[in-house]
Amino acid sequence: MQDLSQAFVLAWQLLLSADADLVEIVVLSLRVSLTALVISCAIGLPLGAMVAIARFPGRSIVLVLMNALMGLPPVVVGLLVYLHLSNAGPLGWLQLLYTPTAMIIAQSVLITPIVAALSRQILEDLHDEYREQFQSMGLSRTHTIKTLITDARYSLLTVALAGFGRAVAEVGAVMIVGGNINHLTRVMTTAITLETSRGDLALALALGMVLLLISLAVNALVMTMKLTASRYAFA
Amino acid sequence: MTASMNTPGPTTANSLLPANVNQLSYRSGGKTLIDAVSFTLNTPHITAVMGSNGAGKSLLLRLLHGLIEPSSGSVSWGNQPLNSTVRQQQAMVFQKPVLLRRSVAANIDFALQLFRQSARQSNNALASGSHRATIKSQRDDILDKAGLTHLAKQPARLLSGGEQQRLALARALVFEPDVLFLDEATASLDPASMARIETVVKAVHHSGTKIIMVTHDIGQAKRLADDVLFMHQGQLIEHTQAPAFFTQPTTERAQAYLEGRLLVD
Repeated sequence: MQDLSQAFVLAWQLLLSADADLVEIVVLSLRVSLTALVISCAIGLPLGAMVAIARFPGRSIVLVLMNALMGLPPVVVGLLVYLHLSNAGPLGWLQLLYTPTAMIIAQSVLITPIVAALSRQILEDLHDEYREQFQSMGLSRTHTIKTLITDARYSLLTVALAGFGRAVAEVGAVMIVGGNINHLTRVMTTAITLETSRGDLALALALGMVLLLISLAVNALVMTMKLTASRYAFA
Repeated sequence: MTASMNTPGPTTANSLLPANVNQLSYRSGGKTLIDAVSFTLNTPHITAVMGSNGAGKSLLLRLLHGLIEPSSGSVSWGNQPLNSTVRQQQAMVFQKPVLLRRSVAANIDFALQLFRQSARQSNNALASGSHRATIKSQRDDILDKAGLTHLAKQPARLLSGGEQQRLALARALVFEPDVLFLDEATASLDPASMARIETVVKAVHHSGTKIIMVTHDIGQAKRLADDVLFMHQGQLIEHTQAPAFFTQPTTERAQAYLEGRLLVD
């Protein structure tokens, strides 16, 4: 087995030479996670906004559920999506199991509650501030939601990036529904798991470094946006 | 002598008058916060709502504007019940201006688009019509009147208190309201900022808009108000012409308030 320093050197070589396998895995990871993020935002943001401004019986139960779903175990999500997409499942006819689409679905299920719950809190705070003004202006519910989302855009980007961070670092669900098939459904996290178990620490480390870099970039982006938004009083 | 006595009266008819408030009450948490208030406002003049803290002035304004539902009693405007159509003809400026997290110009654009949208729904030919160019021209005109042109691209929330309040007022006026509510709109502003707001208020009043303003500032009420509603502990204890109120208040409570005497309830 390679020792750690050798693996580290090899990892850098893979990164600097833009190894084809490595690039393929990274690109697929980003494609799956970014698509899942777009879907989650399309569902989670309006959902969070609706719950933020609506008052209805049982709302507190919905809030508890939304918050609880933020901690969904990825393997459970993977299992549930698997059961739905397998041949015996209700969506088996779509033949999506072990495809990137299945992985996108699993990650969307995983991060939609995060986007919805975090955005709900942000939008509810903003709505408390705007409520009377909007009421006075006679804004419709749809217009209120649109305006809240627009005005909370910087805070909501932070939410989206948190969702992306969760999706791109997730392994359990994509492993179950994607199957970690080489050149088809192998993403960074599943590849790291596989290469570590096979003892190919160089590729595992290189992928780990890319993941860390993405994580750092995401955090830097969040901080920059927060600072910019605060400076211009847009947050 | 009030300022309004020196200025010409409103130039147009006001479709929301008279305003009839009948036995209006509001209760919350087992307390009666507005207690069977009744009055009628017939003229498109400036009405000041005065009284000590906790008298129910701001609450009364919210009830008149329909922001909260009364526990009992009724409010009608121009012989129509207070509904969303009536509320569209009213606007309110709050003590703490609520500005969108956008530029000054974008705050005005937001109101213009909303107004044009509601005008299109009610087939108002004046407000409908072409889009971006008209909005820009209207916005420029509004910012110019509010003295905010040079700040158009600034984030609204970075303006000074007076500028923010002028923007909030300018935005409210986009809706061409028949009734404008001002909830301590000049509280905490310096005299210069207050004067600029008062100039706009007078111009708006002159154009026919009924103004109902909550104020603690006796000087301001003397300068602007034509009549005064004086509240105490949720009750309306005086409704009279401003000159009479300031010279011969009929209640001990109002007299003490005007003299600045400290009364413990």
